[in-house]
Amino acid sequence: MNNSVTLDALAVRNMLRSVAKHVLKNVDVLTDADLAIGDGDHGIGMRRGFEAALDSLDKIDTAESPELNTVKAAFEAVGSSIISHTGGAAGAVFGTLFRAGAKSIADVDRLDAAGFATFLEAGLAGVLKRGGVVPGQKTMVDALAPASIAVREHANGALNRALLLAADAALVGLEATRNMVATTGKARSLGQRSLGHVDPGAITIVLILSAMRDYCAEI
Amino acid sequence: MVTNKKIINDPRQVTSEMVDGLLLAYDGRVRKLDGFLALVKTTIPEGKVALLIGGGSGHEPLFHGFIGTNMADGAACGQVFAAPAPDIIHAAAKAVHRGKGVLFLYGNYAGDNMNFDMAVELAEEDGIDVRTVRVRDDVAAAPPDRLADRRGIAGDVYMIKIAGGAAAECKALDEVERIARKAEANVRSMAVAVSAGSIPETGKLTFELAADEIEIGMGAHGEAGVRREKLMTADTVTQRVVAELLADLPFSAGDEVALLINNLGATTMMEMLIVNRSVRAILAQAGIKVHRTDVGTYLTVQEMAGFSITLMRLDEELKHYLDLPAESIGYSRM
Repeated sequence: MNNSVTLDALAVRNMLRSVAKHVLKNVDVLTDADLAIGDGDHGIGMRRGFEAALDSLDKIDTAESPELNTVKAAFEAVGSSIISHTGGAAGAVFGTLFRAGAKSIADVDRLDAAGFATFLEAGLAGVLKRGGVVPGQKTMVDALAPASIAVREHANGALNRALLLAADAALVGLEATRNMVATTGKARSLGQRSLGHVDPGAITIVLILSAMRDYCAEI
Repeated sequence: MVTNKKIINDPRQVTSEMVDGLLLAYDGRVRKLDGFLALVKTTIPEGKVALLIGGGSGHEPLFHGFIGTNMADGAACGQVFAAPAPDIIHAAAKAVHRGKGVLFLYGNYAGDNMNFDMAVELAEEDGIDVRTVRVRDDVAAAPPDRLADRRGIAGDVYMIKIAGGAAAECKALDEVERIARKAEANVRSMAVAVSAGSIPETGKLTFELAADEIEIGMGAHGEAGVRREKLMTADTVTQRVVAELLADLPFSAGDEVALLINNLGATTMMEMLIVNRSVRAILAQAGIKVHRTDVGTYLTVQEMAGFSITLMRLDEELKHYLDLPAESIGYSRM
């Protein structure tokens, strides 16, 4: 493991490709988790979004449009693809995570732990505003918020270490959703019956962050 | 997990193939926007206030089947049970706008609210005046002090009918919005289900209900209802549902109402008419007069079996817009 790893725009695009592929491999996991407390469309929604994201990342032509050869443009491509192709609450929320996060690191040439901390904080703020939710309502925020805190605490350290902590914190957050009662979204009407199940969106956050962690561990 | 039989082609193409088929069924009265799952009326007069509706697919004929005379000017279609993306809504808003603003009318769900709100931001950047009315008629979704948590179900039909009539006759967006809000404040619905629907792409039922069970208060995507009980007679279940509706608004003796009984997908017309008979007996006893009845298939949840009952309290103004002749694929009445 290279402790001084930072990612340029090309590396960020490659990392996001591996994120998309990891989510696509786990579509059935998301479907089954959502069937337990929702209407079962989270997996196929994420499939539409991340397939479009892969396509969009592949179409970034840096020779033709050098202005797209940025860290920001890579995250933005993923966010826009998810908003347009996933649809529903998941499209709005996950798309906003990537787009609001991207906007906050417009000047970043190479992604490091500090940049990723800024990305997650801005992404989280965007999600909270768009979704009108707070932590503890059994949503993806319950995995995202602890990950954001973990990365900020390690913002002066190495990116790969920060991603390791982020993925761990998200996983702890995911497990905590098991003991939460859903108070927003379609799962809300289950009330107490939502207890014992994890939130499907929180699983997706874990998938995203663990794919980032694995990508950085391998370079 | 149980999977259900469906007569489809590629499960991943159901929404786009449905939209293609719907477009053809409109016989030229509606066109599809290039590159977007959005349908708009072929002819919209200049200076007309526009009504744009939309939501997830899979509930046909809702929403995209309700474009037409004195109905909606356009509809943004999402994938099955998923709200349409903001770019679809934005494109549809631009396509129906005739200089007098656009009313967005849709069911109150987190996904719809977020995506339509993002589209409002985009449309406002284009200088389009947009107002939003969210339908929150499902009394099973939350108690009356938490209206904001209530979902939109078959009350959508009368909302589209009234807002569509108002948008056709009124010259100002303010006025259309006011009338739609009045209608929204007076509509209440509740659904019951005896078996589940499935999402075509996963093939999986969205919930499981035993052969002898009925769920009272079922949501339009299989969201859990208020109670799960042993199957009961049409008279008994109707009594339970209507009692909840009457107590909620509340409706009282002397009120005039519109009554809509909606098939969730797989219930027979015979059962629906038996339910209608029960509803009328209860309303007569409560001294409530039925001005208008609609019994049919308007908001489906794939092959879910069950029905919903909608009551809207009417005044002279709401009656006027409700009684205007309407023509669309999903709702026509002269």
